Amino acid sequence: MSTAIDTATEIRPLAVEISQEQIDSLRRRIAETRWPPTELVQDASQGVQLQFLQELARYWAEDYDFGRLEARLNALPQYTTNIDGLDIHFIHVKSEHEGALPLIITHGWPGSIIEMLEVIGPLTDPTAHGGSADDAFDVVIPSIPGFGFSSQPTDAGWDSGRIGAAWAELMNRLGYDHYVAQGGDQGAGVTDAMGRQAPAGLLGVHFNFLDAIPKELLTAALTPRIFTHPEREQLGKVVGVTMRGYISEMSEHPQTIGYSLLDSPIGLAAWMLDHDPDSYEKISKAFLEGEQTGNLSRDNILDNITLYWVTGTGASTSRIYWETGKTATASFKNSPPHMRLPAAYTVFPDELFQAPRHWVKHAYHHLVYYNEAPKGGHFAAWEEPEIFAGELRAGFKSLREAGSS
Amino acid sequence: MGATVEAGTAIRPFEVQFSDQQIDDLRRRIAATRWPTKELVADRSQGVQLAATQALAKYWAEQYDFGRLEARLNALPQFKTEIDGVDVHFIHVHSEHENALPVIITHGWPGSIVEMLEVIEPLTDPTAHGGSAEDAFDVVIPSIPGYGLSGKPTELGWIPPIRVSRAWGELMPRLGYTSYVAQGGDVGAAVTHGMGQQAPDGLIGIHTNLFFPALAGAKMPEETEAEKAARAAINVFKAGGYGYFLEQATRPQTIGYALLDSPIALAAWLADHDTDAYYKIASAFVDDKPSGNLTRDHILDNITLYWLTGTGESAARSYWEGGPNSPHDAAPAPPPPVTLPVGFTTFPGEIWRTPRSWVETAYPNVVYFNEVDKGGHFAAWEEPEIFSHELRAAFKSLRNGGSS
Repeated sequence: MSTAIDTATEIRPLAVEISQEQIDSLRRRIAETRWPPTELVQDASQGVQLQFLQELARYWAEDYDFGRLEARLNALPQYTTNIDGLDIHFIHVKSEHEGALPLIITHGWPGSIIEMLEVIGPLTDPTAHGGSADDAFDVVIPSIPGFGFSSQPTDAGWDSGRIGAAWAELMNRLGYDHYVAQGGDQGAGVTDAMGRQAPAGLLGVHFNFLDAIPKELLTAALTPRIFTHPEREQLGKVVGVTMRGYISEMSEHPQTIGYSLLDSPIGLAAWMLDHDPDSYEKISKAFLEGEQTGNLSRDNILDNITLYWVTGTGASTSRIYWETGKTATASFKNSPPHMRLPAAYTVFPDELFQAPRHWVKHAYHHLVYYNEAPKGGHFAAWEEPEIFAGELRAGFKSLREAGSS
Repeated sequence: MGATVEAGTAIRPFEVQFSDQQIDDLRRRIAATRWPTKELVADRSQGVQLAATQALAKYWAEQYDFGRLEARLNALPQFKTEIDGVDVHFIHVHSEHENALPVIITHGWPGSIVEMLEVIEPLTDPTAHGGSAEDAFDVVIPSIPGYGLSGKPTELGWIPPIRVSRAWGELMPRLGYTSYVAQGGDVGAAVTHGMGQQAPDGLIGIHTNLFFPALAGAKMPEETEAEKAARAAINVFKAGGYGYFLEQATRPQTIGYALLDSPIALAAWLADHDTDAYYKIASAFVDDKPSGNLTRDHILDNITLYWLTGTGESAARSYWEGGPNSPHDAAPAPPPPVTLPVGFTTFPGEIWRTPRSWVETAYPNVVYFNEVDKGGHFAAWEEPEIFSHELRAAFKSLRNGGSS
């Protein structure tokens, strides 16, 4: 009996393996792409532009080093452990500094653990990256179930709350009795759920996306006169986010779009690149003009798309929208419990919307940190890892004392 | 100069030819499909189910006769003519009866002219299909630009209820018709409604089987049970099955890549239109229990046409035209009302059941309204006999007026 339990909670080291056969098949499919005619506009107003995607396809098939994804991941300590019936894959890097603060970072969609690779160095080894030893973190970066090398849920119900509970179990299992959590995009949803669940050991949370748009604000969007002009603009952006085709499709019929995302690498790439206008423009420039914004390089972008392809997770990653959409609808009727834990927030200037401080304060009463970063967009950690790491140091500074006491 | 004009308006007989190479490539791609894991629910609530899609793929690759689409189309008189810069493909079948009423029928999305093939005989040859000689129609079935064998627009502005409507108003006189009627469902209903607004010379009335004004945002009464039920059904559609609509209306190019590159992505996207049609199509493949004329072969004729013509993206783009991202100057001025005679048929499986009161609210001159007991969104395709009967009844009162 005790053996069974040990086996169930065991943490196993993992090295990923991507077979040559998978790579050959992917490369062949890219080369055999049947292309649509070009869009009829000069901008991205009909979607991902043909010229951009053809250049991405060319680079992917001809210049991209398919070995680099495996090499990058296997250079890091990776593990799996079974939680709530699923094998959870995660990266776990300990700092060499004593008193490092344990931190669990959750990626979003269309991202993955790839978004977070470049923040590991600055967070675990701050003295080599403009920080001091007191800024050190032990970093845990899991793949959300259905993403990357975590297993795919086989039953419905893996919403942010269930993922958040799994993360608490994970941190517990890693022996951390106090830690903090961070997330943007879908990761903000998971981190928000953790904050509300307030599992033993969780000291506080940091967001770079406001998942918990207070429903009062959404309701008020219908009576905009009570808002000042800049706020109306932000509210308009929030409403615009919900009117995106990809969100609507994935939260309604993830299986339908799943066929595209599994069977066509170019269909997958287009779907993932069409997230928001700012990141689209940055990534498009990287491919068409060789002009890279921050860390959003061609290779880094393709590492992420290649990970989705080789793990065959287009449909299972889409299902998180179906799950969170259901939860959001339910929570609109029955508000979730307030978050009492300390929360920190960073606004990145190119994010989908720039939540004003009082929106964040409205959602998270115990706001201990709010800052506007000078650079970066939706994929903040990916695009500006140094700035992102700096925000985490500052955002969590006041919680370190509490944790070590 | 005169020769150029003639060449421009020439009507050229047309035959479809699909190459073995295209078909072999399609079959190879179906066989090489990389499948997602199964949905986590037991119904359509996560989209097109894996079992249905795999049954479709198996039948498509192993049993479907790839020659049949070409044979079915080439058995009919087909033509092409250039209108407004696009080569328009159409089927044109004359009735053998004198004084047949010319009708132009417009398909929708995810349909094509394939939806309409089985109504041609009942309409042109009514005496062989339970009607009388006075019920005869001459039938014109064009492919909307960007769909099937018509050319793909290379410039903006092909808003279905504006520019496609105008092109049809040009096509019918070019065929020599001075008095005709128009019919459509889905996108075809938008085109037909637009023709009603434009009221081109010769158009004497329209019939639709999808109530376009409600989709276009016109305010409708919500007092009676039927009215409330119709509004509720529209809301259900918009809350749970609207993703394809929004994606096509805003990002046709993005979804277009998968629709061109993966036959199974295309099949799933096309099968995911509305709940009623989905379950009928799924049941045709999974249980081999077709609803009416919605057989496996007919469904695959349509999907195969989209694939072989490579029109997944250009058809999706017809939703973008006039949508939120299209330039404002392409938007119509406040539309004129449709004062021509209007007929409407409510099919019970349609996304919502349009009550008579709504039709009368939108159209001042309703000459026919009926609710039939079978058929859904793809009414002509699923129930060609009922559909044909509705057209005969709806247009009956217009025949004498038009021929006088």
